[in-house]
Amino acid sequence: MMKTSNRTRLTAGNRALYRVFILAMILTAFTGFGQMPIFKRYYISDIPGMAWSADFYATHFLHYVGAMVLLGLFAYFILDYILSGRKKLQLTPSAYFRIILMAGIVATGILRVFKNMPDVLFSPAFTAFIDISHLGFAMVYLFTALVLVLMKRGWVRKTDQYRMDSV
Amino acid sequence: MDGKISRRSFLKGGLAAAGAAVASSLPMPEAVKASSVEELATLIDIRKCIGCEACVEACQEVNEPKFPEPKKPFPKMYPSRVKVSDWSDKRDVMDRLTPYNWLFIQEATVTVNGEEETFTIPRRCMHCQNPPCADLCPWGAAGKLKNGITRINSDYCLGGSKCKDVCPWHIPQRQTGVGLYLDLLPAFAGNGVMYKCDRCYNRIAEGQLPACIDVCPENVQKIGPRDEILKEAHAIQKEIGGYIYGEKENGGTNTIYVSPVPFEDLNKVIETGPGKPDLRPVKDSMAQADNLAKAMVIAPIAGMAAAAAKFFVSAKKSMGPEDK
Repeated sequence: MMKTSNRTRLTAGNRALYRVFILAMILTAFTGFGQMPIFKRYYISDIPGMAWSADFYATHFLHYVGAMVLLGLFAYFILDYILSGRKKLQLTPSAYFRIILMAGIVATGILRVFKNMPDVLFSPAFTAFIDISHLGFAMVYLFTALVLVLMKRGWVRKTDQYRMDSV
Repeated sequence: MDGKISRRSFLKGGLAAAGAAVASSLPMPEAVKASSVEELATLIDIRKCIGCEACVEACQEVNEPKFPEPKKPFPKMYPSRVKVSDWSDKRDVMDRLTPYNWLFIQEATVTVNGEEETFTIPRRCMHCQNPPCADLCPWGAAGKLKNGITRINSDYCLGGSKCKDVCPWHIPQRQTGVGLYLDLLPAFAGNGVMYKCDRCYNRIAEGQLPACIDVCPENVQKIGPRDEILKEAHAIQKEIGGYIYGEKENGGTNTIYVSPVPFEDLNKVIETGPGKPDLRPVKDSMAQADNLAKAMVIAPIAGMAAAAAKFFVSAKKSMGPEDK
């Protein structure tokens, strides 16, 4: 599977975090699309076991849960990289691109969560801007991640302890 | 109790609302402000309503320029389960909520002190303090104004009807064949525009009363700062040994009903169904999400704590006995 010798193996701990990251990404992506009224229209909620996907309160709750997990993971990865990873790891160019996209998703997501708090009012135009940007960043990220998985591009290189694979 | 909420206090709120309307038209983050202006609420004393429907007619007349004028034939929509919602040929319907009728009168005949009594209840959007329609609208079409009005912006709405699904009373009503979706992918996304009472936001911005309040011959409704409205509602409740609906429903609304009979009893006898909301108790729909949003602050702190702990543990391990 490994095409380049400088790619690294995940430690057991990071492998577990990587799996959590993947699951949280799938959960937030799916429930994020579920914020639009499309799952019922396009029969997704008719699939046995998927009726919950047409419940907007359920998808909203799960989207928030997924976002919480991702925020925790991002904070962990960033500080871990600053404290110890930087000495042993180098981010790949594709990682920087993914980080920029993810920062866009996080920033617009935080604004949207803030907007949803009681008594916080945004203009319709700004709300629409946030929503479309959030969706746009997410779609570009998912497409990019797919391409990078096919190209087998990782997040980091030149280390023997730590690698986040293409996601 | 009549006249306690003065025209001056109402106009004060109206001016604040006008300011809010200006601020909310800004498409930049400057418009991002916590609501500091007092919310306006309406008080509906159902003892006074005679069911004359003057409010319903006034609502239709005043809001006619906002009503949809759909283009026909409607674009074919896919898949086939997506149904057209067309009220454009039924504009005269007044006994339920429609895109062309944002207020209707509900009737309830109950027994009070051994005697049968019929109450007529004006029903429309409750204008929740934390409206799920606005919080969950995926395009920002539904929003709350600082003066407590929840409004659907017909320029942004795609008619997906999510607002209706998440509204505890299923108030918004859809008209197919109008709005932004026609310019996007009319066959595959959207289905028109959702309509509901906007509590005459434009009239309030100009310092006028909402039409339904203005024309009512019996002064059934009042509008004013929410705390004053609640004070008056509680005073009436105490005076008549009555009941209040809307103060706590869905976490609090800006439509406060006062009745001499329990709303539970009224709810049993009113006709409910599509376009005919009930009067049942409603828990705060957004409470869980709001609590989770507050808890979200903990997640990055926990992540950073874990990374810091990992660093210190590995640093400690790497220190030799001499270093110690």
